[in-house]
Amino acid sequence: MRPDKLNDVLESLFRADVRGLTIQRVQGHGGETERVETYRGTTVKMELSEKVRLEIGVSDHFVEPTVSAILRAARTGTVGDGKVFVLPVEKVYRIRTGEEDQAAVTPVT
Amino acid sequence: MNPADTAWLLVSTALVLLMTPALGFFYGGLVRSKNALNTMMMSFAALGFVGIGWALLGYSLAFSGEGRWLGDLGHAMLRGVDLASHGTVPHVLFFSYQGTFAIITAALISGAIVERMRFGPYLVFLSAWALLVYAPLAHSVWGGGWLARMGALDFAGGTVVHVNAAAAAGVAAWVLGPRKDHARQAMLPHNVPFTLLGAGLLWFGWFGFNAGSALGANGSAALAFTNTLFAPAATLTVWTLLDFARGGKATAVGAATAIVVGLVAVTPAAGLVGPLGAILLGAAAAFPSYFALIWRARTRLDDSLDVVAAHGVGGAVGALLTGVLAQKSWNGTADGLLFGNPRQLAIQAVAVLVTVAFSGAMTFGILRAIQAFAPLRSTSREEGLGQDVVQHGEEAYSHGEGAILVLAERETHAAVAVAVPAAGGGGS
Repeated sequence: MRPDKLNDVLESLFRADVRGLTIQRVQGHGGETERVETYRGTTVKMELSEKVRLEIGVSDHFVEPTVSAILRAARTGTVGDGKVFVLPVEKVYRIRTGEEDQAAVTPVT
Repeated sequence: MNPADTAWLLVSTALVLLMTPALGFFYGGLVRSKNALNTMMMSFAALGFVGIGWALLGYSLAFSGEGRWLGDLGHAMLRGVDLASHGTVPHVLFFSYQGTFAIITAALISGAIVERMRFGPYLVFLSAWALLVYAPLAHSVWGGGWLARMGALDFAGGTVVHVNAAAAAGVAAWVLGPRKDHARQAMLPHNVPFTLLGAGLLWFGWFGFNAGSALGANGSAALAFTNTLFAPAATLTVWTLLDFARGGKATAVGAATAIVVGLVAVTPAAGLVGPLGAILLGAAAAFPSYFALIWRARTRLDDSLDVVAAHGVGGAVGALLTGVLAQKSWNGTADGLLFGNPRQLAIQAVAVLVTVAFSGAMTFGILRAIQAFAPLRSTSREEGLGQDVVQHGEEAYSHGEGAILVLAERETHAAVAVAVPAAGGGGS
């Protein structure tokens, strides 16, 4: 997703009670119109754009609220808004306690 | 013609010119990285647009003729600006020196409208403002106009430069409206070392600004120079202590701001107060600006880089304290309140108020006039993308990954890949 939408998405996720996530700054390309930049007569097409990747592990019934929170906040309507992939997770352990699966991704309250 | 005076003014002119790039660094460090180039370009553009406007018309409006409010066209297109003496220096040198003032004054305003104003309308505004607002005010103080006639003391331009620019900045911030993220998201300075570098270079250049305003290599220049060293030192000290008292930590952005506030405050007073008076003035100037900054951040007025708090409040305090601390035994012309001339303080206050009113109203008019032809602001989407890419087609911190060379129109150079060729399209 777009870096300038990150704050909106985080806000939206926290409102949906989704806590516990990792972000990465990445560069990517998803078919958006190319950006042309010029440096002293050297013109370049920037094929990669700054993007942010979020990784969020949630229990099953939290999948839908999480996805809709992201869709709501990250959308601008133009090409380059990004994608949400929902992937199954085989096993989760919380390192601190050794809890497994659902208990491991349930935030401490 | 005096060779020593000429030499000092040559150096001073270069020093003051350096203040504008320095301001670019000061402001550039305070914005987010996606707007760094745009912010710095707002200062650099003044070097060109205001400089040329000054040469062709501005100088004449400010320094030709006997008008009360405005000069005339006697020196338009540089007519009569020659090697003959103006005071003790060549006329062309006096003209250049004053030109550097016009440039920095106009550039100061940009701090209020960063991260959102479109560059084209900004250039129009900048050029018009220097001619319609700065030139008349410069005339009023240094060209023999009304401020000079009423006896206002303004050694190097505390009112004309700083209060004036700050009033324009406040109005511009208000006309443009706040950035879309203002008071919604934390917008942090992206490069505080740039800001410190800018503050340091501003201080260096300011010796030319203040001590050069003596227009000669003499005792008045020496006094202004000394005061320009010690007043900001006092402001910096007090500001740091205030930081300690309030938050327990001395901040770097605070230090950079304090230096500018101190410099602004001592500008009107530089050659008019004694060194101890300057230290007192510098120390006193820290308080109002410090709390004005804190207060401003809680309002809806997105004067993004606090031009009003630093230059407006600092400049007004400096102008008023000049009316208090001016000492005839140092400056040979006028005493302030502390030395038995309370009337001076009233004159100073009137000068500040009239400047604010004139500058504010004119700035509003200019912006509204431009707005009738073109939008002043970027769209909210462009604001999200950042002004560097949108307005300039460049990035401040490009890694060059994924940049594909477009063959130049003139194919004299074989295509040499200047950047890593495109990696495949990784999803994101």
